[in-house]
Amino acid sequence: MSETAATNAHPGLLEKQFESLQTQHEARKLGMWIFLATEVMFFGGVLTAYTLYREMYLPGFVQGSHFLEVTWGAVNTGVLILSSLTMALAVRSAQVGARKLVTLGFLGITMLLGAAFLAIKFIFEWRHDYVEHLVPGIDFTYAGPHPAHVQLFFCFYFFLTGLHALHLIIGIGILAVLCLMAWRGRFSPQYYSSLEVAGLYWHFVDIVWIFLFPLLYLIGGR
Amino acid sequence: MQGQHIVPVKTYVGVFVALILLAALTTALAYVPMGIGNTVAALAIAVAKMALVALFFMHMRYDKGLTRIVIIAGLMWLAIMITLTASDEFTRHWSPIPSNWGPAISMPQKQ
Repeated sequence: MSETAATNAHPGLLEKQFESLQTQHEARKLGMWIFLATEVMFFGGVLTAYTLYREMYLPGFVQGSHFLEVTWGAVNTGVLILSSLTMALAVRSAQVGARKLVTLGFLGITMLLGAAFLAIKFIFEWRHDYVEHLVPGIDFTYAGPHPAHVQLFFCFYFFLTGLHALHLIIGIGILAVLCLMAWRGRFSPQYYSSLEVAGLYWHFVDIVWIFLFPLLYLIGGR
Repeated sequence: MQGQHIVPVKTYVGVFVALILLAALTTALAYVPMGIGNTVAALAIAVAKMALVALFFMHMRYDKGLTRIVIIAGLMWLAIMITLTASDEFTRHWSPIPSNWGPAISMPQKQ
């Protein structure tokens, strides 16, 4: 009886295996958190390796770190934090049942900020590293002390920031799908788990950068 | 939906301001020579920022037991990986390598 009632109350929203939209929402969130726990280990493995090699070859790693431009790293930190705020507000707009243009607006700003982060990364940082011959495997020329260790630092730098950029590109793709769903009026205070779950992923990518910025640009002092 | 906590906009903006201030602080502190203190300060601030993002933006503060267990388990696995790896690597040089082991298993040279 209650099954039919629930299904009829939310046509197409409630999947059969859940007894209510609330348990469905909780289950989806839990699934995303379990995925994020595996992501912690994914990035954690590379960061553990980074920590060990940094300890082994400290002078070379400090040298490499000083080639990075702190200003762009700091600006990008601000851009991602702002994008997390607009993402949280996008989820909130669905929770409170705001008009779909509000949700669309916040999602759009979040995507633009994500794209701005990537643009700064590609145009001002990676391109600059390439011009300065600091890209291992493509063009690496460095005449100072500890060249092999500086090169190893840049291997970690490009792998970590590349992996993070890839996550951000996937995040922007997910937001594009959410924009389409919002445009079709799919979200409501009763149903917004796609937004909530995508938000968790977006904030996780922000947290990864919160650690990459000090670990790559700052620690050990400038 | 019943039981879903709606965070006030004021809280979100407050967390955002705190995150920006912490980002500015960590950047500024990097230019103050403190030796090992630079690393400790940078990591402590990063952990504080992670906590703010997870608790408020990711709604962990309003989550139920099971979700919290998964989050804490994720961090515990990371802690186990880092602690065991580091305790191996950083204690290898504490005792001398027995002379009868031969050159094949000599340790990597510290720089």
